[in-house]
Amino acid sequence: MEFPTRSSPYLPLHSDLSRLMQRVMLALVPGALALLWFFGWGVLFNLLIAAGTALLAEAAMLQLRGRPVRATLHDGSALLTGLLLGLSLPPLAPWWIAVVGTLFAIVVAKQLYGGIGYNPFNPAMVGFVVLIISFPLQMTLWPPPQGIDAQVLGLTDTLRLVFAGALPADASLDSVTMATPLDITKTRIGLNYTWGEILADPRFGAFAGHGWEWVNVGFLFGGIWLWQRRAIHWQIPASMLGSLFFISLFFYIADADSFGSPIFHLFSGATMLGAFFIATDPVSAATTRRGRLYYGAGIGILTYVIRTWGGYPEGIAFAVLLMNMAAPTIDYLTPPRVFGRRDPEES
Amino acid sequence: MQCLMVTLLSQPRRIPGGLRLDANKAQSLQQPLRAAGVPERLYIPLSQHIGDAAEPLVEVGDRVLKGQLIARSPGYISAPVHASSSGEVVAIGDYPVPHPSGMQAACIVIATDGRDQAAADQLRMENVLQADPADIRQRVRDAGIVGLGGAGFPTSVKLNPGPDREVDLLVINAAECEPYISCDEALMCSRPWEILEGIHIMRHALHARQVVIGIEDNMPNAIQCLQHCLDESEETGIRMIPVPTIYPAGGEKQLIYALTGEEVPSQGLPIDLGIVCHNVGTAAAIARALLQGEPLISRVVTVTGEGVRQPANLEVRIGTPVAALIEECGGYTDAIARLLMGGPMMGFSLRSDTIPAIKTTNCILAASYRETPQAPPASPCIRCSDCVDVCPAGLLPQQLYWYAHARNFDRIQDYHLFDCIECGCCAQVCPSHIPLVQYYRFAKTEIWSLESERQFSELARQRHEFRLQRLEREKKALEERRAKARKSLKPKAGDADAKQAEIAAALQRVKAKKAEQSVQARNTGDLTEQQQADIAAIERRRSSGSGQP
Repeated sequence: MEFPTRSSPYLPLHSDLSRLMQRVMLALVPGALALLWFFGWGVLFNLLIAAGTALLAEAAMLQLRGRPVRATLHDGSALLTGLLLGLSLPPLAPWWIAVVGTLFAIVVAKQLYGGIGYNPFNPAMVGFVVLIISFPLQMTLWPPPQGIDAQVLGLTDTLRLVFAGALPADASLDSVTMATPLDITKTRIGLNYTWGEILADPRFGAFAGHGWEWVNVGFLFGGIWLWQRRAIHWQIPASMLGSLFFISLFFYIADADSFGSPIFHLFSGATMLGAFFIATDPVSAATTRRGRLYYGAGIGILTYVIRTWGGYPEGIAFAVLLMNMAAPTIDYLTPPRVFGRRDPEES
Repeated sequence: MQCLMVTLLSQPRRIPGGLRLDANKAQSLQQPLRAAGVPERLYIPLSQHIGDAAEPLVEVGDRVLKGQLIARSPGYISAPVHASSSGEVVAIGDYPVPHPSGMQAACIVIATDGRDQAAADQLRMENVLQADPADIRQRVRDAGIVGLGGAGFPTSVKLNPGPDREVDLLVINAAECEPYISCDEALMCSRPWEILEGIHIMRHALHARQVVIGIEDNMPNAIQCLQHCLDESEETGIRMIPVPTIYPAGGEKQLIYALTGEEVPSQGLPIDLGIVCHNVGTAAAIARALLQGEPLISRVVTVTGEGVRQPANLEVRIGTPVAALIEECGGYTDAIARLLMGGPMMGFSLRSDTIPAIKTTNCILAASYRETPQAPPASPCIRCSDCVDVCPAGLLPQQLYWYAHARNFDRIQDYHLFDCIECGCCAQVCPSHIPLVQYYRFAKTEIWSLESERQFSELARQRHEFRLQRLEREKKALEERRAKARKSLKPKAGDADAKQAEIAAALQRVKAKKAEQSVQARNTGDLTEQQQADIAAIERRRSSGSGQP
């Protein structure tokens, strides 16, 4: 009797790219729901526009590059890039912000480098940085979070603002948007407010910015679930959050008036989204065990530096891209010890 | 004399990396170990081991007896081959042999006569445990015993630590870590005494101070059987240590690490640590040979999988075609999809079931598609480094893949390609379904062939340089001789005349020869008149110069 042959191993395989991506998307749900709850319909529009653009751009590029379209779209990586970028965008930004950012992320940062597996930089963060450098005004259009005494736009008003740029008659752009806690902290510390005075602002909540703290808690939960399901390694989030905690603790202890508290930094802005979903993007991150620790620590420290002394209120995207650049070198310098060899450099 | 002391850990250690896999051993252990029948034809390959192929001692038509030496080992790293049953040699030639490539190699084919008549025993030793280790090694060698764990390295070589090495620890590898394979477990349950006797002989031959049996902790029955024998026997000093069940804990280096916490040096051997490792099956084979006089003509083979009706462990004659073993186990089921030799992690798939079981065949896995699905299409590597976490050798499989894919054979060696043991853990967890091990095998083979090419061209270069030197030397010598001759010669009178005469004579000879060759009609002996007339007409036409056909 004759049989088909192939190479080992033969057992049913343990994991699958599209299942991995689905798991990551599922883990985004709690954080995304919190974001939706606090910041309104704009969040949903951003997600839909970015996801749709990502899929279309990926399909078009695959077609142009002569790669299998259906099978590659099925891996879910483009959709995930779109979703991650969509979650990072201000909910009241005009629709084309999400389109431009996602196009740049998929077309330039991902496909022009060779598609999934070959992009040296995190595509979603490349898209984000392009937007924040090119369209700084539109990138500040965050509405006041739910629960703050301010004008909140309903579904139709949000739709009109996002897609037609039309505001309700009784509103101005300033009245429907609000500075984010990271923004407030940056400006007010610049104006010599003390940290205690800043915290007393109604826009701050129990331990960080109102609303933002729960968004971060949501992403933290999703991230821990991801780690439990072995979809991500613990080293990058742990070292990123750890380094962010310790560096902010150091300055906070040194001068509690001029620096934000460690808890504020951990639960503000995109910290948790960045730690569990952005920095852990395997393609652009360091891959050795020790390397992941350095990589995560670098992101944590750079994030703090940019938030505190840099020109932007939030630093996750820049920190991730800077460390993406360093990842190949980190990998090269941190090889594991090979079994039966005394030290990694021994050959 | 090198004296290394090895300390066994009180608590065996978990090996680095590795995977927890479903054991799937119960299926084949439901029935007790039994002997498979002798097939009508035995296909006995001459190379069933690491090292030089054996050289046949029989010819087609010879009658052979069970246990008779039919091919001798030509070198130190080699093993002889014996007839597994009595019968007639009906062919010596190339037949499909167990090999991932599906290649053919030299086999001796025996048509068995059903009498299973044994040859005179020449292996049995009296008082083995008092015998000279060199004699024991010679008998083990004569018995054709090779490592039965899978690699098939000649056992006598591994029983010889060398004159300046001392063996502190003998590790008996009973950690059958690959899923589905249960031949060692079956052997331990049914013939524990034989194993222990073999271990005693090995210990004596190696002068090993300590002996430990390393076994995976998921085989309670085997542990119980062996422990029972250990408790009953007076001989103490053999310990059995269950190690955590994790693939590939049964790898030699991995098992030694689990038991002692020591790492065999990369590119080194266990003996570098004062350790020698042998498989349990090998121990039993040694006891059989030296105590019962039977060379290695059979071994235990697991026949299992959803593709076979009654999975079992069989004592199989070397050279029995796989089809006969499947038949022995009730035949194929409808689910049969793939035939593997060895386990699902490191084994290889067989193209046909006419291939024989050999000394290193531990398992025939007749697998269904559920058990061994089609290889899904591979996607690009996303550098998730799941492979890094499971690599027992501490390598960076994704980097090895990158450089193998790019055919960068220098860089891939910087990443220690040759420390890869091809266990398959990386490929098993790869979410992109990249057949990683295949890439590593490819790179290794390419590097080997580049290396041998390099050696070949180096040799050619050397030969070329020698040749140039030789030519130079010869030219010089010739010139010297000529110069000498010129000096010694002086022009003689009448030289020119003689030369002229010689030339004239030569011209004459050439002319004569040409004249002889100019008339060249052939086959003209028996022509009819008509034909001769035609020829004459043609000749006339030709000489008259008309170009008409």
